[in-house]
Order: sequence, then structure tokens, then C-alpha cells
Amino acid sequence: MKRLLEEKVTALHGAGGLVMEKLIRERILPKFKLRTAGPIGLDHLDDGAVLDLPPGAVVFTTDSHVVKPLFFPGGDIGKLAVTGTVNDLVVMGARPLALSLALIIEEGFPLRDLEQILESAAAVLSEIGVALVTGDTKVMGKGEVDGLVVNTTGIGVAERVVPDSGVRPGDLLVVTGSVGEHGLAVLAARNELPVEIPVGSDVAPLWPAMAEALESGGITAMKDPTRGGLAAALNEMAQKSGVGMEVEEERIPVRPEVRGLCELLGISPYELACEGRAVLAVAPEKLEAVLSALRKHPLTQGAQVVGRATDRYPGKVILRTTVGGKRFLEMPLGDPVPRIC
Amino acid sequence: MEAGALFTLRDQARAERFQKLLLAWAPDRPVKIVHVCGTHEITIAQHGLRSLLPENVEVLEGPGCPVCVTSTQDFDCALQLAERGAILCTFGDMTRVPGTRMTLEEARAEGADVRVVLSAADAVEVARRNPQKPVVFFAVGFETTAPGTAAVLLDHPPDNFYVLVSHKLIPPALEALLSTPPVEISAFLAPGHVSTVIGAGAYRGIAARFHVPIVVAGFEPLDILFAIALVLRQLKEGRAEVENAYPRSVTEAGNLRAQALLREVFAVGPALWRGIGEIPGSGLYLREEFAKHDAKREFGVEGRVGEEKPPGCRCSDVLMARAVPTDCPFYGHACTPLTPIGPCMVGAEGACNIWYRYGGRPRL
Repeated sequence: MKRLLEEKVTALHGAGGLVMEKLIRERILPKFKLRTAGPIGLDHLDDGAVLDLPPGAVVFTTDSHVVKPLFFPGGDIGKLAVTGTVNDLVVMGARPLALSLALIIEEGFPLRDLEQILESAAAVLSEIGVALVTGDTKVMGKGEVDGLVVNTTGIGVAERVVPDSGVRPGDLLVVTGSVGEHGLAVLAARNELPVEIPVGSDVAPLWPAMAEALESGGITAMKDPTRGGLAAALNEMAQKSGVGMEVEEERIPVRPEVRGLCELLGISPYELACEGRAVLAVAPEKLEAVLSALRKHPLTQGAQVVGRATDRYPGKVILRTTVGGKRFLEMPLGDPVPRIC
Repeated sequence: MEAGALFTLRDQARAERFQKLLLAWAPDRPVKIVHVCGTHEITIAQHGLRSLLPENVEVLEGPGCPVCVTSTQDFDCALQLAERGAILCTFGDMTRVPGTRMTLEEARAEGADVRVVLSAADAVEVARRNPQKPVVFFAVGFETTAPGTAAVLLDHPPDNFYVLVSHKLIPPALEALLSTPPVEISAFLAPGHVSTVIGAGAYRGIAARFHVPIVVAGFEPLDILFAIALVLRQLKEGRAEVENAYPRSVTEAGNLRAQALLREVFAVGPALWRGIGEIPGSGLYLREEFAKHDAKREFGVEGRVGEEKPPGCRCSDVLMARAVPTDCPFYGHACTPLTPIGPCMVGAEGACNIWYRYGGRPRL
């Protein structure tokens, strides 16, 4: 019995008694360095956290992560779950301050894997100085959940909220780095590809890389191109803002190995998810300031202007292809790769 | 092919040179060029090639999607075989095409054993692993996939392996389009893969008899722009010849070995094309020696003649190259890849499906 409890997650771990408390106190809490953002934090194991927030608009977001497999080149569900929520705060214009983390674990899940996943999550939060202030652990029976589901909720504060809907005709469209790597890395990890590829996920927190660019005040709209990739992000921004967009295919950063493999698989790199990129609309007079701020950080140094917003074809995105043709870049029907985040 | 070589076929400077050729040979009257290949349509839509053509040049996909042209009778046969307890193997898109009563996917939901395979050889593998059950490969496709079916039949498949043959031939379809009035087709782009098998020479009789230019085209955007330029030049000069714009794959005589396989296993006869009707000499039938693998014959299934299309659906006009997807009242509203009404929205090579995914409007 003792050995089992030390190697695998059992129903007892989720039963709210001593075994669960031991798991949380000994294995989960110590991994997270920053555990409070106010009078009551994680260490209190109270019914909730109490936060001290700086002035500004409070931004609040949540995301459940079901990626399959849990470990993939460049990351795992822990890193992804924390990064996803941090990035959602950042693309709203907010500085991320505190996160919650809830685990739904399948009975029999290896504890060593769970620890590795929590360590990855903790590493991201330490790196960017964001606190984990509350959490929850539940265990479900064998076969009732697929391994592990991780929910994260985040709170941040924005001096200036950046909605999806703020694009104005004439704004320039910027992508902060090469697209499609997360989607492909997850596909590769499922061994569903005919070839081996040297592509890892781009999963990475956009904070603090975006901090200075946000301060410039030139970003009129922003989105992280996760499910549905760049195509979904641009279409959503165009639709919500009531503008058209013209994008130059040649300027969209795609690593050659990603483009080649997409070609082989018959999928579009513009529909593949990214987990460490942002799509921005920038007022023309602030473009230089935003680009130079982005280029100071390794994560966003590949930022590229890919096109501009127009008043033609409101709600649609026109792609000028590498051979000079034009077509609509449509909203993808669904992500070509299910369960990517 | 190396990535470098691939991108020289997409290079903008070359594209601009081709566009100059297209403009130099721009026709003085409306021209309608028809291709018969889903992969061509994908390249055209994906790269926005229509926006590079002179204004009076229209390019349409005809009956280029094998899934779309498979008759409802053949779907009905497949459904009957699956309902009688055979394991039915076929390509992915086939399971979603509306048939006479239900799709194969719906039959699977009701308990039929319908499996998606990537090749005829995969279906043989299913038969070897399930020796106690009849396994039927629903074989569709043009001259490109038919040699694969022929090869497995010549390779002594197990006795429980059967084929429901619905293979079709492209040149008779071109003739049918040119013989069914009103004919408004100025020229054809011949499909690169089919032509690799049958050879550019296979079209010479048609070009001469119907006086239409036929240019064999590859699949990169510049391949297609070049082929269209050659068509426009022929039209300008009043010629109607077969030209090969895809010589890195297609020869005059084609793949003789694949042709021999086809002759050894199949005889040629009439076939029903969904949305078009019966085309003489366009279907492949198993020869007597392979009768014991012939699913229709062994199990005595006869497809029922069903409703070819729901009222209002314009798939048959799309397949006859008389309409583009956006001409259909259902396109993009009632009919989408998630809720397809006609077969052209189901098959990944169907014009409606491709336009929906790649925003294939003619001009922007």
C-alpha cells in the first residue's frame, strides 16, 4: 500500500483526507516559489486566495488543458497550462499577477509524471514572477478521464485593455514569431507523422517580452493564435473589428521544415496552433516603437509585419500568395489537430 | 524534391514572367478552360491563381473528384454488402457521401463494419487478419489508383478478399463533356498524375477530333500558370494540340507497366458517373480470371437507382464544368463541409469543398 501511494495517484489522493494533504504539502506546494499575491495565498490552504491588486482594469481568464500526449517536444501539459493562461492575460493587455491551478487526475497516473508536469508549470511561473495562489486536486476513476486535465485561471491588471475588436483600417498586422510549431510538435509526439521532424513546440510565456511593446500604447488589438492558428486569429480580429485585412504570404514567418511538412501532410501552417506567439494590430505611427520593443526579447525578436487592415471586404482576410495571386484566407472549420492545448 | 527545388516552382519573379505571357496571349473572347483534377483545383485555390488570369479566362474543375463522381448505385451496393456482414474498406471521404438511403458512416453507426484504408494493399491486410469474414475493398479512383487495385489482385490475395470496382477512366469523360451540348469548353488541362500513367499521347485523338487544345499540367502554381499560358497561345494561334507542360513526370507513352497491369486485370465498359450519367468506355470491370474476387458478382448485389441529388443542388453542373460552387444557392450556407448536401462538398477533391476551405473566389 505504501509503495503504491508513492508511485501512482490513487482515489485516496483525491479524497480530501490526510493522504491528499500530504500529497499537496509535500509534492505540490514546494515546487512553486511564489505562492501569494496578497494576505492569503497557497500556503494557507484556505478556501480561497485574497489578492492585493494594483490599480487598473482587472482581467480574468480561464482555460482547461487536455493536450494529447501530455509530454511533447518542447513542453508538457504543465508548461502549456500555465503559459496558455498567462498569454491570454497578456494579449488582453494585462500584466499577469496570479494564477490558480486545478488538476483532474486519472486513478493510476504515475506520480513521477505528475511531479514533472508541476515542475514545468512552476518553472514558467518563477521565470516570469507570477504567483500560484490557489488550486484544487481531484482524482477520477480509471478510464473516467484521459490521464490528466489541468485547468488554470489567471488574474492580471491592465493599464490599457487591448481587445480583439480594436483593429482600425490602416493598422499594421504584426506576428511576433514563426507560426505552426506547436501544432506540428504535438502531431509528431503522437507518432502519426510519416517522418521525424526536428520541430519543438513554441510554447512560451509572452510576458515579459510584450511588456514594453504594450507600454508604447500603439497596439490596437491583439490575440494569441492558438486553436485554428494564424488564420483563425486574423479572421476573428477582422470580424470583431469590422475591417478587412490584406496579408502577404511571403512575409508570414514559417520555418522551412514546418512548411515542407505541412506540404507533405496537406495541411496549412496558418491553421496550426501556436502557444508562444501573438498577432497584433499596430497604429502606423507607433509601428517602429512596437517593433523595436519586440525585437529586444529573444521570444519576439522574429516579429514581422505581415500585412495591414483595410476598409475593403470587412470581416474578411485576403492573402496575397507567394506567386502573387489573391484569395481569402478563410476561418478554419476546426483545428487540423484536435486536442492540442 | 528538396525544399529549394519546390520553392523555385513558387517564385514570384517567375510568376510575374508567366503572368506577362498570360497577358500577351490573352484571348479576345471569353475562354473556359476545364481541368479534371482535385489537386489542380487545390493548387489554383490555395495560391489564388484565378486572380492572375486575364479577365475573360475562366478555369473550372470538371469531374475531377473520384469520390464525387461515384454513382449512388455503387454506394448502394457498398451499403448492401456492409449490411450483409462484410467488412467494407474504402477511402476516408467515401464514408461521408450521401447515398440512396444513408452514408457509410451512418451505416457504421448502426453496426456495419466500415473501415477507412489508405490503399488497396491495406484492405488486403484487413482480409488476411480477418480470414473468417468477407472483406470488400470499395475501389474508386481514376487511372492513378486503379493500378494499385490491379496489383493486389495479381498478387494472390486471400479468398475472402473482394473488390467492388468503381474505377473510372479520364479520357472518355473528356469526350463526354465535349459531346454533351451545350459545349462551352475552350480547352482542357490534363491531370498530371493520370497522365503519368496513360501518357500525353492518350489525348491526341480527342484534341484532333474535337479541335480543343489539351495541355498536361503539373501541380505547382507555376506548372499550372505555364500550362494555362500554353493553352492561351494555342487558342491565339488557332491550334488544337496536345502539349506536355509537365515533362518532369509525364512522357508521351506513359507508364507502360501500370498500363499492362490495368489490361491484365480489367476490361473496359460503360460506367455511370454521378451528376453526368452513363459514359461509354469509361468504366473498368474485372476480367473472368478474377471473378471470384468480384464483390458484385459473388454476392449478387445490384445497386438501386437512387436520387442523384437533392433538388436545387448544383453538383451535376459543377461536375459538368457548367457552374462554379458559388453559383449554387446552397453553397456556404446550407451546404458546408460539416453539413454537405451534394458530393462536391464532401470529397476533399470536390470543387465545393476546396472553394470552401481555400476561399476560392474567382477575383479579388
